[in-house]
Amino acid sequence: MTKPVLSVVDAKLEVDGRVLWEGLNLEVQPNEFIAVLGANGSGKTSLLKAILGQMPLSAGEIRLIGKKVSRGSRKIGYVPQHRQPETTMPLRAKDLLWLGLNGDRFGFWFPKPGAKKQFEHILDAIDGRRLQNRPISELSGGELQRFRVGQAVIDEPDLILADEPLSALDYSQQAAVAELLSRESREHGAAVLFVTHDVNPVLSMVDRVLYLAGGSFRIGTPDEVLTSETLSELYGTAIDVVRNQGRIVVLGAHDDHAHHHDEEWA
Amino acid sequence: MIFDFSNYEQLLPLVTNSLIVGVALAIVGGLVGVFVINRDMSFAVHGISELSFAGASVTLLLGGNVVFGSVIGSLIAALVIGVLGSRARERNSITAVLMPFGLGLGILALSLYQGRASNKFGLLTGQIVAVDDPQLIGILSISAIVVAVLLFIWRPLTFASLDAEVASARGVPVRSLSVIFMVLLGLAVAESIQVVGALLVLSLLVTPAASAVRVSRSPFVIPLLSVGFALVAVVGGILLALGSSLPISPYVTTISFAIYLVCRGVEWVKNR
Repeated sequence: MTKPVLSVVDAKLEVDGRVLWEGLNLEVQPNEFIAVLGANGSGKTSLLKAILGQMPLSAGEIRLIGKKVSRGSRKIGYVPQHRQPETTMPLRAKDLLWLGLNGDRFGFWFPKPGAKKQFEHILDAIDGRRLQNRPISELSGGELQRFRVGQAVIDEPDLILADEPLSALDYSQQAAVAELLSRESREHGAAVLFVTHDVNPVLSMVDRVLYLAGGSFRIGTPDEVLTSETLSELYGTAIDVVRNQGRIVVLGAHDDHAHHHDEEWA
Repeated sequence: MIFDFSNYEQLLPLVTNSLIVGVALAIVGGLVGVFVINRDMSFAVHGISELSFAGASVTLLLGGNVVFGSVIGSLIAALVIGVLGSRARERNSITAVLMPFGLGLGILALSLYQGRASNKFGLLTGQIVAVDDPQLIGILSISAIVVAVLLFIWRPLTFASLDAEVASARGVPVRSLSVIFMVLLGLAVAESIQVVGALLVLSLLVTPAASAVRVSRSPFVIPLLSVGFALVAVVGGILLALGSSLPISPYVTTISFAIYLVCRGVEWVKNR
């Protein structure tokens, strides 16, 4: 077995006296695509924040390539939820890719020999050649998310964290962005933690599912976790998992799909 | 008569120091302004300048160094706004609370001041008094520090301004950068007050960059344009004011505004 990219050991997270999850153990291998599912407020985004060192664990520890996590890392690529950039910043789409490559470097930056090639490669991968000189404020949701995936993978990170990157996209855009993320991460052997309230757009790519609910969790393949028995046990109430034409719908979990917000980031 | 350029050659050497300061300020204002626009902080700039004015007025009253006083006032305001108002909405209300307080404090100090009246007025609306050598050195040193630090943090600051969430995931120290930028902004405001006055600081720290983003989207071209516009406004303003009985600030603000109008016009033609 190769060295895990991420190890979460006996982790517990408590916010305002409420335990979001405890006893969480998770080893993520290179190339693994893990979907993080669960109702609103179950601590999905908080898990990402803990991995980024922005939220201290109440117990346990998280290691990134053997080293305890600190505040962010160059080894991490991050795809945020879609929203229009708050600022009226005068940047072009291609500047997003460059910031993914050198945005964390202080002082003068001399491009590494392969930088330009890497930029061109990612630009082609996200089909962004035609859009590269557009102001980011003029990109559509799907276009912006494609560039954000490019930004996350361009520096060849070991771990990609994605926080609801498909929300607010229509179905065909969801499929395109998810497929892009999966393809680009596997190209460099990166592992992906993909937080989502709807597993369907990524179902074919998912190796394992981490399902958080009611202070507890289940980890396993989609077939193991996404069943009526497992989720009913996890929630402590009757849950119906319906499979229809390759799609999975979880009924009775009070996960309000239509009005999904992640309060933690608001 | 507003203009009289008959003995211009004799006058010019008298303002050499002012011109040097003007060039330094234009470079600082043009560069800092880019991030004032990016980070949506125009109103905060105004708030900082009122506290900077208060600091300058108090030191004028006490007989101290006015530049030093305005730097202290600026830094206090910048740090208060930076620490308490990390979000735009909070920032605006904190700025609005600080602003009248600073202005009131400044007016109090000035009304107690017994010295030359033009000194008083100058702090609010600008002055073309000959900048003496110690002052020149002070302003140039501050400018050099601001520009050097800003260039050093330029890229991470851009990343953090665009998307703090992604930048911090990549290890960019978003909070520290924000505080550092507020300090740089405070220093830039304090310097600008020496030339255009507290009420007109925005014409140096906001208008040039706001004009530049109208006509370009390139992160390389915008700072250059912004500095260029600021240079034209400040140096042009000083040279025009020399041949007239009016203070420097109306010229600087008018040129600055005219550039903005032209840029909007260019943008409109391009998008048609």
